[in-house]
Amino acid sequence: MEGLEQILAQHPFFAGFSAEYSQIVAGCARNHRYDAGEYLFREGRPANEFFLIRHGQVALEIVAPGRSPIVFSTLGEGDIVGASWLVPPYRWMYDARAVVLTRAIGIDAACLRGKCEADHHLGYEMMKRFLPILVQRLHATRLQILDVFGR
Amino acid sequence: MNQERLLITCEGLQVLIDALADRGYQVLGPTVRDGAIVYDTLTGVADLPAGWTDRQEAGRYRLERRGDGALFGFAVGPQSWKRFLHPPVETLWTMRQGDQGVTISSAATTTPKWAFLGVRACEIHAIAIQDRVLRDGPYPDTAYAMRRQDAFIIAVNCGQAGGTCFCVSMQTGPKVSSGFDLALTELLDDGHHFLVEVGSEAGAELLERVPHQAASDAQRTAADAVIARTASQMGRSLDTDGIKELLQSNPDHPRWDEVAQRCLTCGNCTMVCPTCFCTTVEDHSDLTGTSAERVRKWDSCFTLDFSHVHGGSVRSTARSRYRQWMTHKLASWFDQFGTSGCVGCGRCITWCPVGIDITQEAAAIRSTPNAGKGERHGGS
Amino acid sequence: MTVQPDPFVPQLYRVGRVRRELTDTTTLELAPVTGPRPTFSPGQFNMLYAFGVGEVAISISGAPDATCFVHTVRDVGAVSGAIAKLKAGATLGLRGPFGTRWPVESAQGADLVLVAGGLGLAPLRPAIYHVLANRRRYGRVVILFGSRNPKDLLYRRELQQWRERLDVDIEVTVDHADADWHGNVGVVPALIRRVTFDPHDTVALICGPEVMMRFTVNALRDAGVSPARIYLSMERNMKCAIGLCGHCQFGAAFICKDGPVMRFDKIAEIFAMREV
Repeated sequence: MEGLEQILAQHPFFAGFSAEYSQIVAGCARNHRYDAGEYLFREGRPANEFFLIRHGQVALEIVAPGRSPIVFSTLGEGDIVGASWLVPPYRWMYDARAVVLTRAIGIDAACLRGKCEADHHLGYEMMKRFLPILVQRLHATRLQILDVFGR
Repeated sequence: MNQERLLITCEGLQVLIDALADRGYQVLGPTVRDGAIVYDTLTGVADLPAGWTDRQEAGRYRLERRGDGALFGFAVGPQSWKRFLHPPVETLWTMRQGDQGVTISSAATTTPKWAFLGVRACEIHAIAIQDRVLRDGPYPDTAYAMRRQDAFIIAVNCGQAGGTCFCVSMQTGPKVSSGFDLALTELLDDGHHFLVEVGSEAGAELLERVPHQAASDAQRTAADAVIARTASQMGRSLDTDGIKELLQSNPDHPRWDEVAQRCLTCGNCTMVCPTCFCTTVEDHSDLTGTSAERVRKWDSCFTLDFSHVHGGSVRSTARSRYRQWMTHKLASWFDQFGTSGCVGCGRCITWCPVGIDITQEAAAIRSTPNAGKGERHGGS
Repeated sequence: MTVQPDPFVPQLYRVGRVRRELTDTTTLELAPVTGPRPTFSPGQFNMLYAFGVGEVAISISGAPDATCFVHTVRDVGAVSGAIAKLKAGATLGLRGPFGTRWPVESAQGADLVLVAGGLGLAPLRPAIYHVLANRRRYGRVVILFGSRNPKDLLYRRELQQWRERLDVDIEVTVDHADADWHGNVGVVPALIRRVTFDPHDTVALICGPEVMMRFTVNALRDAGVSPARIYLSMERNMKCAIGLCGHCQFGAAFICKDGPVMRFDKIAEIFAMREV
């Protein structure tokens, strides 16, 4: 567990996290390794974990009948994958596929949700880090919708 | 500049016109037609609007009979000298595809020598303003430069201000100060005479052909009094203090929305304005495709197409187009050409079908200079 | 500038090599029928004339030391369509070059971030050529390029060649893709935090749709780049290209003579206004 704590502390998402909270979060964390083509999660499944990418690349994609999946975002080293674990009904909205060999830390969603309920300060520290990421991705998504490169 | 003041009679004016014609000048000046005073070829004094004046107000123009026989007793009509110097339609070049291949040649410009009779002070400033735009930039319009260079200018000091005039505010009149070959001031007391001021050697030389005498002190004073009276009769005024900063810093002023409700974007103002210079080009070819030409035509920033870029117009609303025109005329022109674009002739006010008044719009914005600010676009 | 022919009248040019870049985008090499090609600077544009149809402003996208003008044209209307469909040996008219240039000389010594979106890579390419030919004069060189999807990547082969250089950092992204694409998917501004450059000594050159440029400027400024060292290539309706027709006005600037390359701090206020 100690190794994980150190890895977490070094991840950009947890910059400025107190040692105490790092320990708590590490208690919900485990290592993952995905080969190219493997899925971190699939649409519709319970959102039990979110991921901190340590190395590699993950494609977020949506499947529609009659066509190959559309990748609408790729995330890489230092990025967070997964926000649906924060919001009921805690179900993934799309697929996340490792494009290349990808190493990530998975943090158990139910475990962390419980810890945040018990300590609201921890909850606030998590929200403070999550919200800017979500806002940035919302901005980017809106730009993509504009299809500025369209004819 | 020659300080001497000379005097000629109406007959002398006829001699002047004849002398110009003798030298190959086509004399152009004001004449009555279709209920307005327009600029056209004059053969003599008889063609001038003797005894006519104009009643101008926002959206209104009527000719009326005067009680005297003044030849220049009116302000300005819908046309300006730009219709000669910067013509509404002009072929730029023609192209031919023959056996030898393709040849493109500039349109031959054989400009007649023009003498403009009756150029007002505001119009002289307007010509000078268009000089800066069309002749003095990095790519001069050589056809314009040639027409301009050969033009002989007989200015007239206004004896009567128009209902929409504000040359005093714009410091462009009513007295002509430069840019002319001869300048006349019409005197109607004690006979019918014209005080003449010589503005160039060409002017002096021409005047030699015309019977003239030295003006008396009384006549000189009378001429000054005419001009002073005109200056006091201005129908409008525009506060030009800091106008550039005022307009450029108020792109979101609610007044723009207000004027947009009235503006038809008909573009009349740009057609009658003596300094508006915008043009478009049309490429034509015949059915066989072996000959083509490019024709330049007057255009207006009020059209939707004017600002068209891939798929749409940048200025799609009337609000943005009116704002563009007025901000350009009174503010951006300074950045671009070092002077205001407006000479206070009042044509845009007179000829606007709904009577929009540029001086009123400027005053409205000035009275609440911060009305549009503090509105910021929120949202994530 | 060298001796200019009459700027009102198109000069005759012949189409040399034609290369189909994308389904609707073609690159043409144009050589003057008589005389040498006028000199030009990266960032400038020519007015290309299709006989009897009309003229369109197209940025020059070749190397300054080539003997011909290289233009990449997308078929989006009657004129551009006519030009994009020209075959080798055809003649067309050309006026130019016009406009301001990318500041490749004054940027020497600094880090360079070149950001292109869609067809915006075409006007930036001469600057890229110049920088790569004089690589030692610049610090870090970063090229960021965004497109709609992988099929729309312009100059794909050259992007590959540039990527193979060890002294250039290239990141490419698309708005969306399928699983065959192993690169980035996302918006161009998001690429900025993926690359390294010294924001306090960086010159940025940006070319693409105005929305993309706006958000890229934001991202660069957030990263610490000075607005006085960010340059955009602006676009407006172009008719005469020589400052006489009034169409290309952008605030008080004429895009044909005060642009198309404009320094951001000088247009920051106007840039934020709608319908200007």
